[in-house]
Amino acid sequence: MKKAFAILTVICTIVILWYGAAVKMNAKWSLEAASRAGVTLTTSELISKTLNQERPVLPAPHQVASEFWKTTIEKKITSKRSLIFHGWITLRATMLGFLIGTFGGIILSVGILHIRAMDMGFMPWAIASQTIPILAIAPMIIVVLNSVGIQGLIPKAIISAYLSFFPVLVGMVKGLRSPDQMQLDLLSTYHASKPETFFKLRLPSSMPYLFTSMKVGIAASLVGTIVGELPTGAIRGLGARLLTGSYYGQTIQMWAALFAAALLAASLVALVGLAEKAVMKRMGMDR
Amino acid sequence: MIEVIVSFFTWIFACWVNVKLSHSALSDTRAVKLAVPILFGVTVIVVWELLVRGLQVPQVILPTPSAIAVKFAASTDLLWADFIQTFVKGALSGYLMGCGSAFLIALLIDRMPFLQMGLLPVGNFVAALPIVGTAPILVMWFGFDWHSKAAVVVVMVFFPMLVNTLQGLTTSDHMQRDLMKTYAANHFQTLLKLRLPMAMPFIFNGLKISTTLALIGAIVAEFFGSPIVGMGFRISTEVGRLGLDMVWAEIVVAAIAGSAFYGLVATLEKGVTFWHPSQRG
Repeated sequence: MKKAFAILTVICTIVILWYGAAVKMNAKWSLEAASRAGVTLTTSELISKTLNQERPVLPAPHQVASEFWKTTIEKKITSKRSLIFHGWITLRATMLGFLIGTFGGIILSVGILHIRAMDMGFMPWAIASQTIPILAIAPMIIVVLNSVGIQGLIPKAIISAYLSFFPVLVGMVKGLRSPDQMQLDLLSTYHASKPETFFKLRLPSSMPYLFTSMKVGIAASLVGTIVGELPTGAIRGLGARLLTGSYYGQTIQMWAALFAAALLAASLVALVGLAEKAVMKRMGMDR
Repeated sequence: MIEVIVSFFTWIFACWVNVKLSHSALSDTRAVKLAVPILFGVTVIVVWELLVRGLQVPQVILPTPSAIAVKFAASTDLLWADFIQTFVKGALSGYLMGCGSAFLIALLIDRMPFLQMGLLPVGNFVAALPIVGTAPILVMWFGFDWHSKAAVVVVMVFFPMLVNTLQGLTTSDHMQRDLMKTYAANHFQTLLKLRLPMAMPFIFNGLKISTTLALIGAIVAEFFGSPIVGMGFRISTEVGRLGLDMVWAEIVVAAIAGSAFYGLVATLEKGVTFWHPSQRG
């Protein structure tokens, strides 16, 4: 209860600061407009004007909220202006990429667990590749695949798979190695074979690690999809919405798209969290 | 066709050597631990070169490593200018500002448990959001030059750093804090002598996460507008002209810069948190 109150206080502070910043940053334009029109504004007039500009430097929260409402609830979802339409495009690529990435990460982690050469040869590169800004190659993948005739969903999904792949790989390797020597010894006294050890001990005990890295991975794969939507001048998806907003100075549209992306990321992470809870409960590991 | 066959056998041979090496009696020595990944990396490059030549993949789709190396050597001036613009001016200054301010604000918030209780979940939440998306907005506010890139980096690294520092400051337990109290240590002394050292593993975790985020932020922000220099600018324009060898050269620079940056922070970490179990290994 106290925690909810604390979170609420923080959020309220952020909104108040936001309104303050909106007034301050938009004031210049309003003042100039007023001086051109030859009128002087009172403080309250100035504030109300700064919070209702058509192309503000920083849109006020209620402007973003109303744009968000207009483009999600009021528009038909097949409309090109609907954020649900754009969000769905982004979501599809994200989900496909996330599935490929998670699946690939799990498969490779099993390989790394059992093949020593792969562990010694591949793992250092996998870790090193995390220090490289992988997003930098997003435009290249898009354009190259475009030039061989693949476009639309697949290139974006490849980028997002690439980004969700490494968190899952690293987390899963750690998870599969998490059973301690005592437990492994116990299984060998049971005369358990390698697959039996894997399915009855290693896989179940890796689950907490898997879900933790899946939460990181799904957020990363959304970022990958959004960045993948930028370079080809794509016209659909939340990333494209951001880009067109920035071309035409439609700041309110950009902020609404940004919030849609944030909301999407939050609900995806929450969804993985729910799955985690369900699995943990089923395994008798809930806290 | 001959190259494809050669590449196939190179792959098989390298795999065989690696398996032999990793199962040999020497597999725990430092030399073998280094040799195996290096051999893996070299094999990938050799197979890439041979396959691209053998299958006659057009250079505009996938350049050979040798072509990339030639391009890299021929345009070091350009690459250096891009590196300075994006990494030193954009990423590094944003990294220092973002991590520094997050650290200081964490120290301030640390004295207010109520704010901390509310801010940790919100911060954790914000850290998972696609913050790169703010790039077009910040480019609009701060102009096309490196200032806007630094701003994007500040926004991206702020919350991971803040959350980690706050979490780190809470690691000391009651017994330890009570001990400081019996020594009559004031808040500042407790902070300096007990809680900050205890927080260092967390702080460095935040710093390490931020290194990658900083470079990504600076490069992606350049996709939304930049002066005619910079790694993100070069990548997006050369991709448009299908100058893929230049793009790869740029990626090599990014890889070297990113790894070196991370390595530097990790080395610092080793020096500062030598007492921590994860470092004693």
